[in-house]
Amino acid sequence: MKFAIQVNEGPYQHQAADSAFQFAKAAIENGHEIMRVFFYHDGVNNASNFTLPPQDDRHVVNNWASLNIKNAEGEPELVVCVAAALRRGMLDESEATKNAIEGYNLHPAFRISGLGQLIEAGIQSDRLVVFGD
Amino acid sequence: MATKKFMYLNRRSSFGTVYAIESLEVVLIAAAFEQDVSLAFMDDGVYQIVEGQNTDGIGMKNFSKTFHALGDYDINKLYVSKESLEERGLSESDLMPLVYEDEDDDWAEKSSIKVVTNDELKAIMSEQDVCLSF
Repeated sequence: MKFAIQVNEGPYQHQAADSAFQFAKAAIENGHEIMRVFFYHDGVNNASNFTLPPQDDRHVVNNWASLNIKNAEGEPELVVCVAAALRRGMLDESEATKNAIEGYNLHPAFRISGLGQLIEAGIQSDRLVVFGD
Repeated sequence: MATKKFMYLNRRSSFGTVYAIESLEVVLIAAAFEQDVSLAFMDDGVYQIVEGQNTDGIGMKNFSKTFHALGDYDINKLYVSKESLEERGLSESDLMPLVYEDEDDDWAEKSSIKVVTNDELKAIMSEQDVCLSF
């Protein structure tokens, strides 16, 4: 089955991101496809390359990256909503340059795009599964 | 592109958390995709469409007026839980008059709001292809 996933909460504060990751991992291991994971609301914080949990804790951001979810063109299909990301200080290199801000924090396994990608995922997948509070 | 039935389920009030306004942002984007869109309001989500919201004292954008634009985007199925209204001492007359113009009925202005029981809402939800919960 072709799944799309929406993650509405940030890492560590809520379990939603962990549950979504576990679901995605299990789906892939069982031969299903995760065509896109869309991060919205505080979920955009799952993409922070500056995340440094203690060594005895799970690394939520690296967990996502380990799934290696990409499309046929090789682009990441871990997609962060641009409006939600910018208002929470989550930037990629292009947004940082555009807004004259030094430094950026989007993990390279993710990409920033618009809300249309969420709707498209709902249309193209067999199931869209929402993880939130 | 295939047409699917999308429902946006709103369960939280307008302010206090970001869910309501960011849900509405999704709905407005979704309008461009020509899908069959409906909205549902239950639990504290019914407060999102209460008439007379005023944010002057809290430094937040009053986005409630944006709901009036939905009719122009052909989004005219707004289901409101009867039980959630009653639990909060509200009735349909406390809600904003959200309307659309029915092109199949000589552009007559009609209410987009349908107050339904939770059982009715459950049946409507089970017909959906995609349900986004906020």
